[in-house]
Amino acid sequence: MNIHKIANHLNTLADSSETGLSFDCQPISGEVDVLQVTLLGREELPIFVSVTDDQILCITYLWGAEEVKPGSTNDMHTSMLEMNIPMPLSSFSKIGDKYVIFGALSINSALSDIEHELAVVNNNAIEIIDDMSEYLI
Amino acid sequence: MSIFKKIMTAIRGGASEVGEAIVDSNATRIFEQEIRDSENHLTKAKRDLTGVMAQQMAAGREVDRLKRDVTEHEGYAVQALEKGDETLALAVAEKISALESELATQQQALDSFSGSADRLKELVKKSERQVQEFKRQLSMVKTTESVQNETSAITDNFSSSNSKLLNAKDSLERIKAKQQNFDDKMKAAELLESENSDNSLAAQLKEAGIGAADNNANSVLERLKAKQK
Repeated sequence: MNIHKIANHLNTLADSSETGLSFDCQPISGEVDVLQVTLLGREELPIFVSVTDDQILCITYLWGAEEVKPGSTNDMHTSMLEMNIPMPLSSFSKIGDKYVIFGALSINSALSDIEHELAVVNNNAIEIIDDMSEYLI
Repeated sequence: MSIFKKIMTAIRGGASEVGEAIVDSNATRIFEQEIRDSENHLTKAKRDLTGVMAQQMAAGREVDRLKRDVTEHEGYAVQALEKGDETLALAVAEKISALESELATQQQALDSFSGSADRLKELVKKSERQVQEFKRQLSMVKTTESVQNETSAITDNFSSSNSKLLNAKDSLERIKAKQQNFDDKMKAAELLESENSDNSLAAQLKEAGIGAADNNANSVLERLKAKQK
């Protein structure tokens, strides 16, 4: 599995995707190949896909630490921890000063599983920003 | 320090400057080399174990053979005594004594080989667990490294395309607005659709001669005829 295979699959889906979402893929070259996946109508929350030795990582940036209302970081962290298990197929993390939501899949996942994961991560991202907006500036 | 703590320390240290290699690639290489060394040791230990187990089996067979020999010669000694041949019995007894001392030596060797085999088996098991654990840790370090590199690639891409990561709430508002816009369009389309179907209904009614009739030439003529009367 590599990002180009994933990109080809998502681009050929067009209107026939099982999730009803329309994907657009753009590879980003760098030390590690990253695929930037955007969903039609939700371009503000791109998903970054990378393939490592044993897993496929799908990461979406949520908000920066500077967007958290002063004094509410602890409450927000507690809420996020409590949400972590109920939230399907995804978890929270922090990369640098950015909060992220991510899903990790086995390297042997089917393309339809990856498509499903991307849709779920994106839906979760939208819902979680909505839920956590009381803590955000 | 556990691998989790090491990774956390590395991330926090590198967080001040995104893109900085947080995991020393040299350290990763050394770690990979350590894993390869451990695997080599494991292979050697397994080979040693095979050798020791072969020796153990050989010693076991030897012990069995000596035990059989002793029993056999004891039988001969008894037979010699029964025949009253003291001299022969003594010779046989000397042979038995020699066999027994050899048996004791072999038994000692067997015990020692068995002990070594057990110790090596334990060592192999431990080493296998250790290599598994090292591999898991390496996978974590590599993932951290690639996520860090990925982040820098993403950041570079954003800054080069002059776009930036939007404020989360703004993003949500935009997405919701687009969704609303889409929903509105759908509603408008539905409305239009239903109006169209209204029209078609009216047409059907007219065709059936129900409802308002058209002011066509025939009806005008009928009206004029009626006036003439």
